[in-house]
Amino acid sequence: MNVYAYFVAGWLLIAGGYGIVRSRHMVHAIVSLAVSQSGTYVLLLAVGYQHNVTAPVFGSTEKPTKQVVDPVVQAMTLTDIVVSATVTALLLALAVQVNKRQGTVNPDDLAALEG
Amino acid sequence: MSRRVRLLVFLVGGGAVAVMFALAFLSMPHFGRPEHLYRDLAVPAAVRHATANVVSSVNFDQRAIDTFGEETILIASVVGTAALLRPAKEETERRVPDTGRTLGATRLVGYLLLPVSLVIGLDVVVHGQLTPGGGFQGGAVLATGLHLLYVSGSYPALDRLRPLELFDIADALGATTFAAVGLAGIAIAGSFLSNMVSFGTFGALFSAGTVPILNVAVGLEVFVGIVAILAKFLEQDITVVKEGDDG
Amino acid sequence: MTTPAAGQLLPVLVAAPILVACLLVAVGPRLPRPAVDVLATGTALGVTGVAALLLVVTDPGRTVSWFGGWTPVHRVSVGIPFVADSVSAGIALLVGGLMSCSLLYSWRYFESVEGHFHALMLFFLAGMEGFALSGDVFDMFVFFEVMGAAAYALTGFKVEDESAVEGGLNFGIVNSLGAYLSLTGIGILYARVGQLGLPQLGDALAHKPPDALVVAAFVLIVTGFLVKSAMVPFHFWLADAHAVAPAPVCVLFSGVMVELGLYGTARVFWVVFGETIPLDDIRRTFLILGATTAVLGAVMCFTQRHLKRLLAYSTISHVGLFIIGFACLDPDGTAGAALYVLGHAGVKAALFLIAGVLLDRYGSVDEVDLYGRAKGQRLMPWLFFGSALGLAGLPPFGTALGKSLIEDATLVHGFDWGPALFVLVSAVTAGAVLRAGLRIYFGLGPEPQQEDADKTKGDEEPDTPRLARVPLTMVVPIVVLVLGGLAAGVVPHGGQAVAHAAERLIDGKGYIDQALTNAAPTPLHPEPKADWTTLGVLLGVVSTLLAFGFAALGLWAQKLPRPMQAVSAAFRPLMRVLHHIHSGHVGDYVAWLFVGVAVLAGLVGIPLR
Repeated sequence: MNVYAYFVAGWLLIAGGYGIVRSRHMVHAIVSLAVSQSGTYVLLLAVGYQHNVTAPVFGSTEKPTKQVVDPVVQAMTLTDIVVSATVTALLLALAVQVNKRQGTVNPDDLAALEG
Repeated sequence: MSRRVRLLVFLVGGGAVAVMFALAFLSMPHFGRPEHLYRDLAVPAAVRHATANVVSSVNFDQRAIDTFGEETILIASVVGTAALLRPAKEETERRVPDTGRTLGATRLVGYLLLPVSLVIGLDVVVHGQLTPGGGFQGGAVLATGLHLLYVSGSYPALDRLRPLELFDIADALGATTFAAVGLAGIAIAGSFLSNMVSFGTFGALFSAGTVPILNVAVGLEVFVGIVAILAKFLEQDITVVKEGDDG
Repeated sequence: MTTPAAGQLLPVLVAAPILVACLLVAVGPRLPRPAVDVLATGTALGVTGVAALLLVVTDPGRTVSWFGGWTPVHRVSVGIPFVADSVSAGIALLVGGLMSCSLLYSWRYFESVEGHFHALMLFFLAGMEGFALSGDVFDMFVFFEVMGAAAYALTGFKVEDESAVEGGLNFGIVNSLGAYLSLTGIGILYARVGQLGLPQLGDALAHKPPDALVVAAFVLIVTGFLVKSAMVPFHFWLADAHAVAPAPVCVLFSGVMVELGLYGTARVFWVVFGETIPLDDIRRTFLILGATTAVLGAVMCFTQRHLKRLLAYSTISHVGLFIIGFACLDPDGTAGAALYVLGHAGVKAALFLIAGVLLDRYGSVDEVDLYGRAKGQRLMPWLFFGSALGLAGLPPFGTALGKSLIEDATLVHGFDWGPALFVLVSAVTAGAVLRAGLRIYFGLGPEPQQEDADKTKGDEEPDTPRLARVPLTMVVPIVVLVLGGLAAGVVPHGGQAVAHAAERLIDGKGYIDQALTNAAPTPLHPEPKADWTTLGVLLGVVSTLLAFGFAALGLWAQKLPRPMQAVSAAFRPLMRVLHHIHSGHVGDYVAWLFVGVAVLAGLVGIPLR
């Protein structure tokens, strides 16, 4: 299908959001956030794809030519992955400390911030 | 809000967002089309700068400021994680307890694969301008390779191979190199992060100007950064205890 | 200084803080604490100086620099530009100034932090500077995440405080999800246009009718920025984050980080979408959302007892007013919003620092616990009440000038409710602050009750051992900030300079042409409307008097005549529902985030079918 890949990306974004909304464990919520982000990877890579061409890396067997997939979206996805890894690390560190202070990581039981 | 109300609110919002996505996606150019404007500009630019891996050229040459921001996020997260996982006032660090038992075979495989992983990681970093890979990918391979020591059962060995004070300096060094190359670009070529070193021969190890330099800087930074982050998490689990606990 | 040389200043604003932060990471643990303080504060002051130089050099045009030397050919490019007009340079200056005050205040504020706090603040500075100056939408996303990474760590910095880490987590998850939605919008737009720079995007979309893809791209891209801006219903995280972050960090959040979200929205709109999505559509959308934000923020503000949460909701409510200024979509409203932001930054930052002083001297930020405990102070009450009056919009504070310009602009567009809304909202929020101040510094009013179980109490661990006297390094920044808020309205020709800057911001086509072809900027209006009007001064005084009235209402609520008490009792169930919705649960926040995206999409998209 012509636009199926994009729908997969949209589904991942919303499914990740659903995961956070229904979550009973902070680590699960953080991983659902990562699921949402993988939706953006799928979208970016799908946008840059072209049928029947090769990767944008040249060498002795691949002469420089324009018949390659879009390298810019790959660069953007690389940046996106690094961002995701680092933000996940920070959020997990926060979750570790929440667990230590409140003895639980269930969002339903965390009670320090109402009102 | 109760779980049911929360779900209802989300279904309303998420449903409408899904409709918006659907309408937008139906107007997108179809998957696999041949027209890509940015690619048609980026590939010749990469070839002009003698960079065989176009993605590396985009990352470290054409859109280098993005990568500068990205590696800033990395070092900021390392510092942030170190700050967040520091032992609190009522905690101390204890000596590493006696490790459990692992199979001899597991340990052997770990020790054998460690140098192999490290060499592969270095290869990926250094050849970033020629083959798929580069600083980020190679740094991640190096960092996880080092943790084979932990996975195969020897946290004390990992701890010895991982002097964290030096790693802080190395992390800062990687980021500083990137910024220094950028500022040198102003001095030499009039523009921040311009590729002002000689380009070399297309396809040779010393090609693409500043791209391999930045690749190595980023590789160093990613390697030590990931090791530092993992170190903090491992310490929280293994060595940090409340004062008065024997663990 | 010629423009190419001026362009060299742009990367310095980003690279210099990063270099010093790396130095602190490497040797910070070995340096004595005063050295770390001096290094960090010195860097912030240096950045402020360079930003001031940039502003002087840029005014009244724009400074453009294509990094890596990748200048555009045939109006497309592979590189990334940094484009500074007076608004960006002004924001860069504001960021530097607030950061300097924050770092100076922190000299005595933390006991020991091993250089982490200062490094994180400098990374935060670099991220904000990059976001303000960048001319490429993906690059804006990257610097947005730099800001985010530093901000999440700074929010949860006091790891011994259980609410701090929870607040940091809520902040992190909601803002990250907003950023990923922005990235989705960037991807969709990139698919259509094939470029990522703001000038190229605007060039490609100009004068074409907006279809579902363009509308969705706009809605998604600004979602991330508006989450940062805490517009309703993206605002839930802000009160949590402010309640728990250390006071110097709150200064930056309320003073400039939130406003950067609105700046990002305005920049992306004017350059990329200004010639394709009809102005009336955007105006209606943001007037509705801005007014909702202002009213909700004010109502929540008045019913708080935790000082920092009270100030946070006041920020949300003022953001609603800034959004209305932007939504006028003309130079006057935008200039008013910019002046209001400047004035607000000064007084709000001062109030947060004073709250920090109260925490360190008395161990609490709860209005009820602090009742009467700060009687007999000499300087602090003056600073507190000065800032509160600035918040109310008393002339000649910058806030009053900004309000008067926006009120004029709303009347011009036929929205007669504009001035009334502004007066009421600023009166309610300032009234809450005045009520708190009168209770804390003068012990006015009867002893408040300890009930209200659904509101967050002001328990917080102080960050230093109890202070007997307020040190000079804490007093000086507060004084500077209050005077700064005053100066924004008093500096001669200041209003005119801001009005010119607003004209430049709105000129999206000029931005595109200058960035892509080095075209000269168009001449500006010689006599922009940017001065005090009688109506403006009058409304400012009315707001202030009304604020005192609301404060009195809050203090002597028990002594009201019976019918008025019945009226307030009728509102209690509504308030209980509102407080219950602001639950501190991240799942709720994410659910409302999706509703917000849907509402934004509906308001922008449905009229265009």
